[in-house]
Amino acid sequence: MTLAQYLRCLGGIVRREALRWLHQRSRFVSALVRPLVWLAIFGAGFRFVLGVSIIPPYETYIPYEVYIAPGLVAMIQLFNGMQSSLSMVYDREMGSMKTLMVSPFPRWFLLLSKLLAGVVVSVVQAYIFLAIAWFWEVEPPLWGYLAVLPALILAGLMLGALGLVLSSFIRQLENFAGVMNFVIFPMFFASSALYPLWRVKESSLTLYWVCQANPFSQATELIRFALYGRFNPLAAGIVLGFLLLLMALAVYGYDPGRGLLARRGGAE
Amino acid sequence: MTAALAVTGLSHAFGRTKVLDQVSFTVRPGDFTVLLGLNGAGKTTLFSLVTRLYHSSSGSVAIFGHDLRKSASAALATLGVVFQQPTLDLDLTIEQNLFYHASLHGLARAAAAPRIAAELGRVGLFDRRRERVRQLSGGQRRRVELARALVHDPALLLLDEPTVGLDIESRQFLLEHVRGLCAGRKLAVLWATHLIDEADDEARIVVLHRGRILADDTVPAVVAQAGAADLKGAFDRLVRAA
Repeated sequence: MTLAQYLRCLGGIVRREALRWLHQRSRFVSALVRPLVWLAIFGAGFRFVLGVSIIPPYETYIPYEVYIAPGLVAMIQLFNGMQSSLSMVYDREMGSMKTLMVSPFPRWFLLLSKLLAGVVVSVVQAYIFLAIAWFWEVEPPLWGYLAVLPALILAGLMLGALGLVLSSFIRQLENFAGVMNFVIFPMFFASSALYPLWRVKESSLTLYWVCQANPFSQATELIRFALYGRFNPLAAGIVLGFLLLLMALAVYGYDPGRGLLARRGGAE
Repeated sequence: MTAALAVTGLSHAFGRTKVLDQVSFTVRPGDFTVLLGLNGAGKTTLFSLVTRLYHSSSGSVAIFGHDLRKSASAALATLGVVFQQPTLDLDLTIEQNLFYHASLHGLARAAAAPRIAAELGRVGLFDRRRERVRQLSGGQRRRVELARALVHDPALLLLDEPTVGLDIESRQFLLEHVRGLCAGRKLAVLWATHLIDEADDEARIVVLHRGRILADDTVPAVVAQAGAADLKGAFDRLVRAA
């Protein structure tokens, strides 16, 4: 296999994911409506309940909507990662995961391509959200929109890899409700997405450390800092570390010799 | 002549349940080989192992001499597969599905376009290539899957119960089309089924029952060995004796 063939394969997988996303209108709309509901309603309701002091990367007092916007961007990516995990489970049941797996390219490359395809979709969603959020005074500097791109890619890869790992464990389609309850909600609420962690620290030190260790917090902070043109090396390092760990687990989960497919009869 | 598919001493178990037990057979180029077995005989597990969805506990699979564990890429490049379950994207058009498949084999769009046109023409769906798969009937979807499996010009074609749920006409079309490919392109075919009448006298037959091979020969030879009047009689005797 030549490099050109690898690129064609990647291009084909990305194109398919994009086409599927465009054709599934409900998925497209709900992906946008969900964070906007948080921003427009939750943000308004909590605006005067939660005072946000000046914390980096902000240099002045900010409205609550501005504080939660990066967390909502990360939420888009979290949902997207889980959606692609859902689509993997769905694919597996529909059998089209098999078509992917019998491709002559190495399996790690196929999984990575699938992951990248999901990230492309999630980055586009994130930008659409940021464009709309501008009307809620979420107005980062213009170059922040560019600086946030690598952060979105890194965070999207990590959350997508989490979805991949889960997809190799979940067998039934309906178990996605379980993913909502046991993955999405805990990760979202035990993070810095909706409230600064110094507030959590005042209530519970244990919970504070749980939130700090949550890769979703780090993804949120990575995006928050990047959006204001600043680099957060600690968050970037933790997100990258989780990405490598989760990717290794996903490749293991889909390995033909050792993984979960082999043990339980896999894609049947 | 190198075998298109050589399965040697293949065994597999899920937990304590042994699904395949020392399965060996070969498919040669130009052979139409019917893998005949009742539901639960181990056909789908065998297909999963031959397509490398997972590896076997023991034994080996070689496609045109390429061992599936050691040189999977070369082995899978020559392989076309029609799975038992439908595997098309319903919301995508026929053409989009086929281009996606071509990219999974590293084919450029320019190179894939004439191949896709040719294969769709052969199954009579070229004019409908821009329609969504959702709008097609079950039989038409199967034809698309067959065309898709042939886009990258494989030398070995595997079909896992391809006629399940199809009407007589679609079934006949599929069978004749694939038989034609064996004769014309010297394509090696492994056709798994539980329908005895899908094996005619010119086919080779491999009878799989409870994970073991009971017969592996031409249809007339299997009938003669079993001392039966026809293949159905031979199959019944083999299964009862097992």
